[in-house]
Amino acid sequence: MNADALFLMIASELIITAITIYFFARVLSAPKKKEPDSYTDN
Amino acid sequence: MSNKENWGSRVGLVLAMAGNAVGLGNFLRFPVQAIQNGGGAFIIPYLVCFLVMGIPLLFIEWSMGRFGGKHGHHSTPFILDSMDPKRVFWKYIGVFGIFTNLAVAAYYCYLESWTLAYIWHSVSGTFLGQSADQIASFFGHYISLYGGGTETILVWIFCLVLNTWILSKGLSGGVEKVAKIGMPLLILFGILLAIKGITLKAGEEGAIHDGTHGLNFLWTPNYDSIWSAKVWLAAAGQIFFTLSVGMGSIQCYASYVKSKDDIALNAMSAGWMNEFVEVVLGSSILIPIAIGYLGIDRVVELTASGGLGLGFKTLPYLFQQWGPTLAALAGVFWFGLLFFAGITSSLAMGTPCMGFLMDEFGWKRERAAWAFGGTILLLGLPTVLFFNEGVFDEYDYWAGTVSLVVFALAEVILFAWVFGMDKGWKEITTGADIRVPVFFRYVTQFVTPVILGWVFFASLPDIWSKITNAELKAKIAASVDPAEIAKLNDQMAYLNGSRVFLLALFIGICMLVYKAYTKRKKEGRATV
Repeated sequence: MNADALFLMIASELIITAITIYFFARVLSAPKKKEPDSYTDN
Repeated sequence: MSNKENWGSRVGLVLAMAGNAVGLGNFLRFPVQAIQNGGGAFIIPYLVCFLVMGIPLLFIEWSMGRFGGKHGHHSTPFILDSMDPKRVFWKYIGVFGIFTNLAVAAYYCYLESWTLAYIWHSVSGTFLGQSADQIASFFGHYISLYGGGTETILVWIFCLVLNTWILSKGLSGGVEKVAKIGMPLLILFGILLAIKGITLKAGEEGAIHDGTHGLNFLWTPNYDSIWSAKVWLAAAGQIFFTLSVGMGSIQCYASYVKSKDDIALNAMSAGWMNEFVEVVLGSSILIPIAIGYLGIDRVVELTASGGLGLGFKTLPYLFQQWGPTLAALAGVFWFGLLFFAGITSSLAMGTPCMGFLMDEFGWKRERAAWAFGGTILLLGLPTVLFFNEGVFDEYDYWAGTVSLVVFALAEVILFAWVFGMDKGWKEITTGADIRVPVFFRYVTQFVTPVILGWVFFASLPDIWSKITNAELKAKIAASVDPAEIAKLNDQMAYLNGSRVFLLALFIGICMLVYKAYTKRKKEGRATV
């Protein structure tokens, strides 16, 4: 792969993957709200 | 009120919302758009459009949904109505949020059924020992209902029944369970295929290029393309389709979130998950594998009319080069991935219609689900029977393209300028588990409407050309063969017929909304 393509691909994919993991981790670790909340399982 | 739906868990909601956004286009449309619009440089306008149009629209639709849900509305006609109760017309603009879902589900479920059939044929070894042409013509025969089309129609009906049955189990009992199974499997299948695609070696298993050759072609930037309006329009269009904004399904899902609960973090998480699937996985499967076996020129030629042909006609043949076991596994992974991408979206398309029937007419969930299934059966029949006449593409154009832009433009104006950005910003940030940058407030108010307006006005010449059948008429004028002219005239009749059909659907939903409105007036629940 040429350097330009490699740089763009790695930069884009790393940034997107990192942001995706960050927000999903925030969802998983967010404190539960007081009942009654929107979710029946907790 | 008979609508007592609830989400089971927050993760389930985020996965269902991400599943709504992730569709077949993530794998078949995005990479093709990228290679047609500047290669790697396409990512720049694409991400800018995601930032200034995609994320604001996600915030708007989640907020509108939660706001409507607070007032007991779970579909866009009365969600929009509750945001500007003084004007009667918003509820009819909101009809787009039911119409689009019904019309798109009508052809989308058919597409979904192809993936199920191809999983079966991959496992049962139908493609073993077949030539590239034989496998490509298998697809042609399948959609042309060759030999009576029993299999095509039965698999399609099975797919409709499956969707309806899952919807009849409700949000937490059906939709959420599918999302919790489907999304992780989709990502797993995607990662496995991406690894195989990227590690292809020239000279091994019949490949003529390394997998990285395709990645190189896809990601090599043509920076001049960034100055092209056409590329920006393509990027904005791709963001639209990929996020499922402008459809009304996000509002419906979000309407079951209580007013004190977060929507900002949920919206960001679901939106970025879709981007991960599209950019990271979507760019690493179709193009690297196809170029590895066919070379750049052939793939450019094959993708001129989109990625559907490459995904269904070419990939099953290329998988055969990996030996019978791997070919069967790759077929299950590829079409399984497309199936999960499809079903998580089509389920989302069922919920607005069901929410409307349950809210306004007191229908039970099961009855509403089967009404949706029956409607999709009727609406989808022309796309199955007259696929080759262009009815499928016609539905996709009017419901899956034009309606999205019109509705999104209307809702952004309503949210930012009629409902008002002060109230709107409060809706976005209430209960938020993240600090939403104030940048989005001004982008939502000023930039997003301008971009949407530009996308809409730039599409007008194409819309006019479609309405007047300009392309078909030009073909008829250029043809000298009477049989060809008769065929084109037939095709024009089918296309006009499908437009009348879609228009009748829209008017029918308007009448139902009017009936619901008069019912509300009688019950003293109407806003004006």
